[in-house]
Amino acid sequence: MTRYGILIDITRCVGCYACEEACGERWGNPSLPDVHKLSEHKNTAIHTVDDVYVPAQCMHCADPTCASVCPVGAFEKTPEGPVIYDADKCMGCRYCLQACPFDVPTYQWHSLNPEVRKCDMCYDRIKKGEKPACVESCPAEARTFGALDDLIQEARNRIAADPGMYENHIYGVKEAGGTSVIFLSPKPFEQLGMKTNLPDHPLPTLTWAILSKIPNYVFWGSTLLAGIWWITNRRTEVQAYEAALLKLQERQNRKDGKNGHNQLSE
Amino acid sequence: MRALRLPRLTFWGTTFWIIIAAGLVSTFIRFTQGLGASTNLSDAFPWGLWIGFDILSGVGLAAGGFVVAASVYIFNLDRYKPILRPAILTAFLGYILVVFALMYDLGKPWNVWHPIIMWNPRSVMFEVGWCVMLYSTVLALEFSPIVFERLNMGWAKKAIHMISIPLVILGVILSSLHQSSLGSLFLIVPEKVYPLWYSSSLPYLFFLTAVAVGPAMVTIESFLSYRAFKKEIEIPILSQLAKVTGVALAVYLVLKIQDIMAYQLLPYILEFNTESLLYLGEILLGVLIPIGLVSLKKVRESRFGLFALSLLVVLGFILNRMNISVTAIERYSGMNYFPSWMEISVTLMVIALGFAAFRLAVKHLPIFEHPAESAPKEVPQYDVVSFHEVTK
Repeated sequence: MTRYGILIDITRCVGCYACEEACGERWGNPSLPDVHKLSEHKNTAIHTVDDVYVPAQCMHCADPTCASVCPVGAFEKTPEGPVIYDADKCMGCRYCLQACPFDVPTYQWHSLNPEVRKCDMCYDRIKKGEKPACVESCPAEARTFGALDDLIQEARNRIAADPGMYENHIYGVKEAGGTSVIFLSPKPFEQLGMKTNLPDHPLPTLTWAILSKIPNYVFWGSTLLAGIWWITNRRTEVQAYEAALLKLQERQNRKDGKNGHNQLSE
Repeated sequence: MRALRLPRLTFWGTTFWIIIAAGLVSTFIRFTQGLGASTNLSDAFPWGLWIGFDILSGVGLAAGGFVVAASVYIFNLDRYKPILRPAILTAFLGYILVVFALMYDLGKPWNVWHPIIMWNPRSVMFEVGWCVMLYSTVLALEFSPIVFERLNMGWAKKAIHMISIPLVILGVILSSLHQSSLGSLFLIVPEKVYPLWYSSSLPYLFFLTAVAVGPAMVTIESFLSYRAFKKEIEIPILSQLAKVTGVALAVYLVLKIQDIMAYQLLPYILEFNTESLLYLGEILLGVLIPIGLVSLKKVRESRFGLFALSLLVVLGFILNRMNISVTAIERYSGMNYFPSWMEISVTLMVIALGFAAFRLAVKHLPIFEHPAESAPKEVPQYDVVSFHEVTK
């Protein structure tokens, strides 16, 4: 299975917001707010940082944090690359919003049957052989859709062809263990408000380090507790037995003493 | 015939009904207009007071149940037997209230049962969900003998008694798992949590504070029920409990110092910004002062001293949980989250319901009385008459 991805070249984005509109249409959100920020209405948005247009959307991580934290497994990393969400499973704990390293998922706060919203790389279109809506609508070819390996090669070629134009880093190849959406930038990524303090390993490894110990803990923990109970319980029993024995002995002694006394007096 | 009389107006009674009324209004708004209308939560700040207080603190405050159950059943420390029932009651009520409050916070509360059939063993929340579910069942079973005793159902009580040891072991395992896992929830956001609170030992820190705060809650309840019903636990037992709290806090302090060194937190602590002041407040109020107090014999042996000590531990504990869930995330999120009046009133209602339920239970169930096992067995009474008198 080819693993797909999107290459976003920040140097090419002209800030026309065509992608926001195409995305809104795809998701059935006709009237979009003027705020250019990810929200329940916008699964992609163009941030403006120091006069640079920076597209934002789900990064489709190789090992997605959202999929790992969700208690009901409502997120799934598909073999094609997109991370998709099943609203029917979701119970609305919003751990995905809290945990996503890229702050992507948003919530329908004003709905009585609220769903998490995030880009799904137009999974349905991909499966039909089409491109995601945002890629197709971009007049500046700032977004390129294709096999992720090809995209990484393409990004390298662009940097090599014009090293003066590009920051020598492809964002998303290593960040949080790698993502299916990768970025090229004209300047250092932290200056564009993108997180550069993420580890190179997938974040779920942090919790898995603890969670994987649980089966062992349950087995050895309960064995240990049962053992402690057996010892303390046995001690109590022995104490009670010894006390009873002592009493019996005393009574016996007293009896013997009495008999002895009687014998003496006879 | 009894004369018709208006119920007596008391300060606490009035407060209670005001809180309930406000809580019901908020409940109405929450379930007719959604989370957005009733809370100050947002995409950047998705967890607030309901998670920080009602869930994270609530579960911890109910930890007395497993600590005392383990002491009595597993370690055979019979001297703790008189506090077993108040502790189990607190835990049982605590978990019911946690689940109750969760219904407000979940976007789709009707899907709360989904983790039963939709598994994701990689999720800390999944594990917490399962543990809370199983442990609530264990607590219901541990609590049931008290009800059976009241209903004179000796056979049912006997049946529970037969499985009590496995039940308690299961309870201890489940509790230690999810108490610590509530801390693991934050392991996955190392770059979002303010450095003062992030630590790879978060699960252990959460577990230790739970062990410390559980007995403190039992002590507070004993004090309150003494004032209300003149029913209480003997001071020597409570001062033993205070020592348990002291030891747990001391170990916690060692881990905290280790974190300060490992993560080089000193510069952050000495910055004296909001975070550092709240951090210092939590450590002083909930750890250092209580450890100091518990080492004083005078405090350990007075009813009021024990109460004050326990109150500090509980307040420090709540501050700690709120700091981790709210303060620690605020700077990253760039939001100034403060709960809406509706969030606050729902939380107050949950607390008020807890107090009311505890009061009702103490009034109508044999909670603070010595349980029947330790009471003298009912032996047929015979008049002892000297043999000579009969044959006379």
